[in-house]
Amino acid sequence: MTDAINNLETAAHPENLRRVVIDPVSRVEGHGKVTLLLDENDRVHQVRLHIVEFRGFEKFVQGRPYWEAPVMVQRLCGICPVSHHIAASKAMDMIVGATITPTAEKVRRLMHYGQILQSHALHFFHLSAPDLLFGFDSDIAKRNIVGIAAAYPEIAKQGVLLRKYGQEVICVTAGKRIHGTGAIPGGVNKNVSAEERDYLLKDIGQMIEWSRASVGIARQLFEQNLDLYNNFGRFEAHTLNLVRADGALDLYHGGLRARDKSGNTLFDHYDYRHYWDVIFEDVKPWSYMKFPFLRSLGPETGWYRVGPLSRVTQCDFIPSPLAEEQRKVFMAFNGGSATGATLGFHWARMIEMLHAAEVIQELLHDPDLQGTDLVNTGKRQERGVGVIEAPRGTLIHHYKVDEHDQIVRCNLIVSTTHNNQAMNEAIRQVARQYIDGRKLTEGLLNHIEVAIRAFDPCLSCATHALGKMPLEVELLDAEGSIVSTLTRSADGVFN
Amino acid sequence: MSDSFQLDGASVSFEAGQTVMQAALAAGRYIPHLCYHPEFKPHGSCKLCTVKVGGRTMAACTMPAEAGLNVESNIEELNGLRRTLVQMLFVEGNHFCPSCEASGNCQLQATAYELQVMTPRFNEFYPDRPLDGSHPDILLDFNRCILCELCVRASSEVDGKNVFALSGRGITKHLIVNAESGLLKDTDMALTDKAMQVCPVGVILKKGRGFSVPIGQRRYDQRPVSAQALDDAPRQADAGGGCSACEGTP
Repeated sequence: MTDAINNLETAAHPENLRRVVIDPVSRVEGHGKVTLLLDENDRVHQVRLHIVEFRGFEKFVQGRPYWEAPVMVQRLCGICPVSHHIAASKAMDMIVGATITPTAEKVRRLMHYGQILQSHALHFFHLSAPDLLFGFDSDIAKRNIVGIAAAYPEIAKQGVLLRKYGQEVICVTAGKRIHGTGAIPGGVNKNVSAEERDYLLKDIGQMIEWSRASVGIARQLFEQNLDLYNNFGRFEAHTLNLVRADGALDLYHGGLRARDKSGNTLFDHYDYRHYWDVIFEDVKPWSYMKFPFLRSLGPETGWYRVGPLSRVTQCDFIPSPLAEEQRKVFMAFNGGSATGATLGFHWARMIEMLHAAEVIQELLHDPDLQGTDLVNTGKRQERGVGVIEAPRGTLIHHYKVDEHDQIVRCNLIVSTTHNNQAMNEAIRQVARQYIDGRKLTEGLLNHIEVAIRAFDPCLSCATHALGKMPLEVELLDAEGSIVSTLTRSADGVFN
Repeated sequence: MSDSFQLDGASVSFEAGQTVMQAALAAGRYIPHLCYHPEFKPHGSCKLCTVKVGGRTMAACTMPAEAGLNVESNIEELNGLRRTLVQMLFVEGNHFCPSCEASGNCQLQATAYELQVMTPRFNEFYPDRPLDGSHPDILLDFNRCILCELCVRASSEVDGKNVFALSGRGITKHLIVNAESGLLKDTDMALTDKAMQVCPVGVILKKGRGFSVPIGQRRYDQRPVSAQALDDAPRQADAGGGCSACEGTP
C-alpha cells in the first residue's frame, strides 16, 4: 500500500491520474458526488465525497420573525422535518425565555420519537434492506424495495406499517404527517386528546413486537456475515452525542458528550447552549459542506461520528427495558466488534427504533398528554440554541434575534454535516478494500453507496429510494478525455 | 316584496340599494372576491368578482342590483379569468404558503383552492419588500400585500387613524405606512384597531401569535371560502328592511 493509499484525501500527484466521478450521489438535501483518482494500474490515490449543492436556509431565514422559524426551517427536509421543527422550537423557547410545561415537553417528545420510528423504519426497510438482504453486488433488478416485497413480503409489510405508524404519531401531534406546526416558541399548539391517544395505543404493542424482530434481523446479519459486517468500511472515530443527566440515551434533550477513539471522555454533560466553545467548523475547498471538529483536538484529527452508532455505544444505558436488553447484546457481541463497525449503524438504528416504540407507549399512558397548559413565556432573550438528537445524529440550531423580533443570524449544523469527514473515511476505507486495483463495475460502485447509506445521510432517503440512486462514472485519460462512461439513471437502467 | 334578478339561472331577490354581490351573498350564493368586505363600501379593485351582465363584464361588488338583470358568474370563462387573476397575485408578491402563519386563514390561499389553482403559471417577480417589525405588538410583512386597501379603509373609516396608504402607480404600487419615518412604530396603530382584523392575507400580524392555532382549527380548514363568505355576509332575513319570504327559515 502506497502512502497515498494511507490517506486518500489528497493525491500527491493528481495531474496524471484518471478521475472517476459518481455524480450525483443522491444524499442529503440535494446533490453530492464521489470522485476517485486512479492510476494506470487502477490503484486508488484519492477519494472524496463532495457536497455540491448550496443550501440557503441560514441566509433566507434572516429578516423573518422568530416565531416563523420552526415552520420555515423544517422545509430543509421532507424525511425528518420534525427534527428541524423541534430543534428550532427549542431555540425559540430560549428566545421567549420559556421553560416549557410538562404537557408541551411530552407532546414534543411524542412527536420526536414518532419521527425516530418512521425515519429509522424507512431507512432500514426501504433503503438499506435491499443491500443487506440480497448482497451489495446482487442482481440490480431485484436490489430494491419491490424485490424485498417479493422475496420477503412479511418484512416489507412490517417496514411499511412501522413507518406509517410513526407518521400517524407525527400527524396527531403536529397536525400533518409532514411539515406540521405542533411545536411553537414556548410550547405546543395542541395536546393529545383521549381519542387520539386511544387511536395510537391500538397498534403500539404490534409496533414494539415488529421493532424487536427488526433488531433480530440486524443481529442475524452480523452473525451470518461476521467478517464482512465487522470490517466493511471500518474506521476508528471520536464520538459526539447528547446524553441525559444520568447518562441515559435521550434523543430530545441532554448535555453533550464527546469521547475519543479510545473511549476517553473529552467532555461530558456539556451545556449545548455554548456548543461553539467545544465544536468548530472547518471549510475545505472541494466541498460545500463544512467539516465540524472538536476544538480541543483541532481540525485535522478532531472530526467525529454522530448518529445511532455513537448514541447507542456512548450512552450509559437505554431507559426502556427491551432496547436496553438489546443494547447489552450489541455491546457484548463478538467482544464488542460491532460498536466500531460502519455497518453497526444498522444494528444500533434498529435498537433505537425499538426504544422509540417503547417511549411512545410509555408517553401514551401519561395523562400529561391531555393537559391544557400548553405555552409558557418569560423574559425575551437575544440568542437561542436548540439541540436534539435527530434520527441521523446531533442537530444544532442557533439563532440571534433583534429588538424587532426578526432573525438576524442563523447557524445550522445538521447531523450529516457532523458526519462529513466520517463518511469520507468510510468510503476511503471501502475504496482501499474493494476498488483499489480492480476494474470498476456497478457492484463495486454500490459498495461506496452502501458505506454512505450506513450513515443514513438525509437526502439519500428521498432520492435513492427503491435502491436506484442515479450515478454516473466517467473514466478519463491523463489528458482529461473521457475514455468511457457508466451511467445509471434514476429508473435503474445502465447505459 | 323585493325585486329579483337572475344569477346563473336562479332567481335572487334584493332590497333597494343592494349590490349584486350583497344580494347574492345574502341569498346564499357565493361570488369569488378579495377586496370586498361586508362591513366596508365596495372597492372594485381586485376584479375577482367580475360577472357578465347582458354580455358585459361588471364588478359584482359595485354593480347595483336591478330587477330583471341576467347575471352570469359561475361559468368557466369567468372562473378561468379569476384563476388567472389569482395566479398573477401570487407571483406579484412573495407568497410562501408553506411557512406563512396566515396559511389556513388566508383568503387568497382559500380562494385559490376554491378556484382550483393547481400550479404556478407565471414567472415570480420576487419583489424586495423588507418587513416592518418596529412596532412592539404588530409586524408588517409587505411581501403578502394584494393591494385590497381593506386596511387603508379600516384605519381611515373605522379607526380614524389613516395609518396605511397606497403609494406608487401601476406595477410599483405598494402599501406604505403614513409616518415620516415610514415605520409603524411612529403611528398610533394598536392591536385593538379594526385595521388589525381585516387583512385577508398575512400582512398585518400580531407579534408572537404565529402558528398558535393548530392545523385543523384554522378558518378554512373545515369550510371552504365559499361557505365562510356566506357565513360572514348579512343574510337576507337580517338585511335592512327584512325579507318576508325568508323570515322563519334557518
